Amino acid sequence: MSIAKPLPHDAAVLHVTGQARYVDDVPVPAGCLHLAFGLSDIASGRIVSVNLEAVRASPGVRKVLTAPDLPFANDVSPSAHDEPLLAINRVHYVGQPLFLVVADSHLQARLAARLAQVEIDADQPLLTLDEALAADSRFEDGPRVYGRGDVKDAMCSAPCRLQGQIRIGGQEHFYLEGQAALAVPGEGGDMHVHSSTQHPTEIQHKVADALGQPMHAVRVETRRMGGGFGGKESQGNALAVACAVAAHLMNKPCKMRYDRDDDMIITGKRHDFRIDYDVGFHVDGRIIALDVQQFTRCGWAQDLSLPVADRAMLHADNAYFLPAVRIESHRLKTNTQSATAFRGFGGPQGMLGMERIIDHVAAHLKLDPLRVRERNYYQKEGGLSAPRLQEPQLPPEDVSDPERETRNTTPYGQVVQDFILHDLTNKLVAAADYSDRREAIEAWNSENELLKKGIAFSPVKFGISFTLTHLNQAGALVHVYQDGSIHLNHGGTEMGQGLFQKVAQVAASRFGVGLDSVRITPTDTAKVPNTSATAASSGSDLNGMAVKLACDDIRCRMACHLALLHQCRPDEVRFRDGHVETPGKIYTFAEAAQSAYMGRVSLSATGFYKTPDISWDRIKGKGRPFFYFAYGAAITEVVIDTLTGENRILRADILHDAGASLNPALDRGQIEGGYVQGAGWLTMEELVWDDAGRLKTHAPSTYKIPACSDRPEIFNVTLWDGENKADTIYKSKAVGEPPLMLGMSAFFAISDACAACGANYPDLQAPATPEQIMAAIGRARG
Amino acid sequence: MNKKAISLTVNGRVREALVPPRMLLSDFIRHELELPGTHVGCEHGVCGSCNVVVDGKAVRSCLMFAVQANGTEITTVEGYDTAEGLHPIQQAFWEEHGLQCGFCTPGMLAAAKELLAANPDPGDDEIREAISGNLCRCTGYEFIINAIRSAAKAMREAEIQKTLQPA
Repeated sequence: MSIAKPLPHDAAVLHVTGQARYVDDVPVPAGCLHLAFGLSDIASGRIVSVNLEAVRASPGVRKVLTAPDLPFANDVSPSAHDEPLLAINRVHYVGQPLFLVVADSHLQARLAARLAQVEIDADQPLLTLDEALAADSRFEDGPRVYGRGDVKDAMCSAPCRLQGQIRIGGQEHFYLEGQAALAVPGEGGDMHVHSSTQHPTEIQHKVADALGQPMHAVRVETRRMGGGFGGKESQGNALAVACAVAAHLMNKPCKMRYDRDDDMIITGKRHDFRIDYDVGFHVDGRIIALDVQQFTRCGWAQDLSLPVADRAMLHADNAYFLPAVRIESHRLKTNTQSATAFRGFGGPQGMLGMERIIDHVAAHLKLDPLRVRERNYYQKEGGLSAPRLQEPQLPPEDVSDPERETRNTTPYGQVVQDFILHDLTNKLVAAADYSDRREAIEAWNSENELLKKGIAFSPVKFGISFTLTHLNQAGALVHVYQDGSIHLNHGGTEMGQGLFQKVAQVAASRFGVGLDSVRITPTDTAKVPNTSATAASSGSDLNGMAVKLACDDIRCRMACHLALLHQCRPDEVRFRDGHVETPGKIYTFAEAAQSAYMGRVSLSATGFYKTPDISWDRIKGKGRPFFYFAYGAAITEVVIDTLTGENRILRADILHDAGASLNPALDRGQIEGGYVQGAGWLTMEELVWDDAGRLKTHAPSTYKIPACSDRPEIFNVTLWDGENKADTIYKSKAVGEPPLMLGMSAFFAISDACAACGANYPDLQAPATPEQIMAAIGRARG
Repeated sequence: MNKKAISLTVNGRVREALVPPRMLLSDFIRHELELPGTHVGCEHGVCGSCNVVVDGKAVRSCLMFAVQANGTEITTVEGYDTAEGLHPIQQAFWEEHGLQCGFCTPGMLAAAKELLAANPDPGDDEIREAISGNLCRCTGYEFIINAIRSAAKAMREAEIQKTLQPA
């Protein structure tokens, strides 16, 4: 069995020898043309004129396209058809593509794109959350509200009450490989697109619409991305569509890649939030009532903002039972980049709001925030919450039954059946020596005037499944060739997370062969159709299961064939250690495949999986949107310099739940990388726009992601030892997004250090840049 | 603009070319020499993805013109392995999970190569210092540090083996 082994990434050898190809490395056919967008430098206004004479006259330029030149759909939106490839009449943000240059080289296209004379009748842009709110500029008619109970009544009955606000900055994905696409025209209107995308099917759909062709004329292939993090779920549409349209018009291959600055200026980022709260609680810290308002800056187009804001609402509880709760969500429209998916998809912002509330309550009551967290946890289910024993499949929960409203029902009515955070917390707190270290830090702080240390614990409970229920499906295509080699394909995409390796481990295990028998092939819409984005942490859950079903289908046919030959039952045919064993004869897997072929047995199968037991009404905010929850917790210790506001993470201890891990090494990589990315989001990564709506932090010279020196000096990461209670592939759990939120502990550790400077609550805002830390110290000192 | 003639050694092979004076070394390597293993990440010298080894030093190839490389000896990621197999640094990045998406890997390998040539037994602090100019968005750096530590050990052991063998 190759399952559960810490095998290296499947493409590691290709990467270390420079053979791994990204889209920009694919050898292009002769005569390939290169594209660049001309961008708006005005945030909001009416296009008066666009003079492209100089652009057309620039060396190497073959063609320049504006909106009227596009043959069919001018639309790259993944949701609401509100995002034209090239601007029509109006511009909506600085960086919006106005026209498309087609030239002989990348540099020629980019140089020419700067030469346009564009006249725009500018009006006052709405740039900030507060400006959009004041102007009532929003998506959807009004705020969305989820909740339960009578919050007003409960609030009145509460002995303690607090109000507050936290502003949470956005985040640039900073995938190391920028967006890229290559379109190669074929015969009869066919188009073959290579795209660095998490969502090949959507690229296929948008390209087909742009070419006026059915989807069958477009084939999209994605071997790998150099990082995605959600930034390639919809943001690759524009490049792929531009390449396909240009390739169609010029009848030449066309390629486009964004230079880093263009990438950061054009594409969407994590949504920034403002969260206002009003909380009523007992003197021991238990929450009685909570009223939360989430304000989400969505940018100029809808993109994926509605499900992002929904997920923020669905994670407004994080790990805590809220007896009476009202969550109001405002999706605000601004003249900035259209904010998009980013690892966690709104969950991190919703969760940070809740963790802030707990932190504030604890500070108010002068209690250890860890204790307040534990007191508010969802109720522990009886016995081991992630038991190793196989349990009978439970029927779907009836969430409408009021008797079920115990301390383990979420605000949206889903019963938390697998809550392991009590045990997980105890284990982590003991392993990290939290209590003693907290005391030691207090003593240290009392002796140190200029440097202050802080420590914080924060838990994660993250819902696994796409909230748009129909997306929870996946397909696979598996061939066994007559020499026993196996061709594996599925709808998931590889962006470094190791999905292909995990799924190959599943396939190898089903056939009882070594991994070297399994060929991993690029994601291809011609092999597996109608796929969902590789997103929502769902990649291995969905595709692993689809591959398992396809393999089992072929295995079953092979077993039936051999059973007939050897007059035994099919279940007496065993696939293990590279062999197929029957009571009469032991075959190598290759011999068995050869025998099946000679017996005219089909050795090709598709697999299809859909997540069971989920249903969700996003308008009412009720149902069971998630198949299960993934858990984790982190304890972080930091030190801050009270003169400069600088901070350093000294130590992080993490215990994270990946179920029965398919590959512990890959999962550890996700956990460590997720933590560092989450801590980066909340401590150092700051996006700055000027008053005209220009993004001033559009390169790594001004936008700082964590470097090696920013990671914790001591970094202890452990996987929780337990199976998924839900019936997932080999009882594993999704691990892509949840660890990002472990980074919250770094933020609250900094808050704790600021709190050591004075008697007041420091009210730290995110990201905790030196400026914010200085401001928080000032507030703490009063 | 007049093209300039350059001659340099890349991965052990002498390469001669006529290049425009403003052609970046990274573009020369990727497009003229068709060695796309060197990745362009930020294109202004911050991320380190495009690092190659020029005369023993890890250099950002997006900040150097091809003409400036005239007469140098360059190793790119395609040139580390030998007929005997992977270089110990490559082997360690593979076995120790020192990569996820792989885009930063060529630059990390170049940084590691420069470090280990000068310091065969670096401490973790020295490893961190050596790769502090290379950004990775995926790993959290832990496995990269492990890989370089492990490569250093393998290279020291190989060196000892070499001295023990009869000439």
